[in-house]
Amino acid sequence: MTPPLVEFQHVSFAYDEQPVLSDVSLTVARGQVVAIMGGSGSGKTTLLKLIGGQVRADAGRVCVDGEEVGTLSESQLYSMRRKLGMLFQFGALFTDLSVFDNVAFPLRERTDLPETMIRDLVLMKLQAVGLRGVVNLMPSELSGGMARRVALARAIALDPRVMLYDEPFTGLDPISLATTGKLIRELNDALGTASIVVTHDVAESLAIVDYIYFLSEGVIVAQGTPDEVRASSHPFVRQFINAEPDGPLPFHKPAPPYAQDLGLEVARG
Amino acid sequence: MADFLVRFFSRLGAPFARSLVKLGFACRFFVALLRHSPTSFLRFNLTMREIWFAGVLSVLIIVVSGLFVGMVLALQGYETLVRFGASSSLGVLVALSLVRELGPVVGALLFASRAGSAITAEIGLMKATEQLAAMELMAVNPVARVVAPRFWGGVISMPLLAAMFSAMGILGGYLVGVPLLGLDEGSFWSQMQSAVDFRLDVMNGVIKSAFFGVAVSLIAVFEGYDAPPTAEGVSGATTRTVVTSALVILALDFVLTAFMFRGV
Repeated sequence: MTPPLVEFQHVSFAYDEQPVLSDVSLTVARGQVVAIMGGSGSGKTTLLKLIGGQVRADAGRVCVDGEEVGTLSESQLYSMRRKLGMLFQFGALFTDLSVFDNVAFPLRERTDLPETMIRDLVLMKLQAVGLRGVVNLMPSELSGGMARRVALARAIALDPRVMLYDEPFTGLDPISLATTGKLIRELNDALGTASIVVTHDVAESLAIVDYIYFLSEGVIVAQGTPDEVRASSHPFVRQFINAEPDGPLPFHKPAPPYAQDLGLEVARG
Repeated sequence: MADFLVRFFSRLGAPFARSLVKLGFACRFFVALLRHSPTSFLRFNLTMREIWFAGVLSVLIIVVSGLFVGMVLALQGYETLVRFGASSSLGVLVALSLVRELGPVVGALLFASRAGSAITAEIGLMKATEQLAAMELMAVNPVARVVAPRFWGGVISMPLLAAMFSAMGILGGYLVGVPLLGLDEGSFWSQMQSAVDFRLDVMNGVIKSAFFGVAVSLIAVFEGYDAPPTAEGVSGATTRTVVTSALVILALDFVLTAFMFRGV
């Protein structure tokens, strides 16, 4: 078995006093697409920030391609990030640059390639996401789905070894959604990367990923291949994939008794 | 009782502690900015672009305001000077007021509200839309790529804009003084020439505007970078840029004037 590209060993993390992740362990190998699923606020995005080194774990180890992210100096961190590509939730395209300049950005900033070669590379990356036709537009002229595909082209510009996707399916129409899912799978297989998809879109994820981790309140509560997940009787997994409003993840946030809050009953004690 | 006192004092001290933390962060930010400046100078076209946005696009408001300030100054100054029979010194009054004080100070106030607020809003929105985070993950330091060029663009633009403000003000003073109020053109210019000292008056004005340029640009980029990534956060940061800049400009002006013209 090839060594994992991304590995979490018993990682815990808290913002101030608020625990976000506790004792999370997971591995992602080359060629794998792994989904991290969980409700809003379950710590999914923090997980990506730990991989990118934007925050550091309080306990445990986060390793990317054999390097422990938490111990790297600032310059080592910057060179480690060259191995990463990340697609942000809404693309995060630079609004003051055209589509061409956006995709060319990492190439111009991080390489000394001549401008003619950058042009060819940009067109190749845009061709891969099917958007060579919009090369001269500004990001504000693109639809949400197209902006995300351009951002994907930008993320793969330097041929990363690990691709991170933050909620890639949010707010997309069904066609764009299927296109994005297909692209994630195809790019992963073509580039030989490891991909981590943070999402709460069940149907699309089950169709494209190799392995799924379920995250709830910072803890991995279940994991498995798509077939295992479909067959699972785990209550959280059932609630999540059947979209039930109540279950292990309650509909109500913890609160004082309703009658007391409305002043109908005098609090005792 | 003790519990009450502890709460009282911690509430009293909390805003002070918060400001102190922010000031400390601003200082570290300034150091990081200076550290990354050489890299950004290697690609000076980035800074050129910001000189265009902060400087060149502010020229219109500076020129028009300068002209009107000079014209008002001449009208008001004439009323007073004529009582003492010193109306021929109008040129001196206009020129000294402008190059020593009004050019740098009013120029900086206008610059803070025109360019400073725009810089804060732009950086704040780049942060809110995750553009800065995206840059960081592409292994490009946003302080070097986004912040430093905007800072230096402002620092370079400010003295030039202040000089333009003073020049237009003097032109405005001339337009009111000579053609409108009928002063002698020769004495207007020659008295100005002999009374305005290049080193003492003009250079000190330039030094002032350089200080203001650093202060306003630093406040603008810092507030943008520090803004909470929400619509509310960016609007608050933009307001703070203008308010803090105005206060810092006026306080700094007092200190600089005391050192320059009183030799304290």
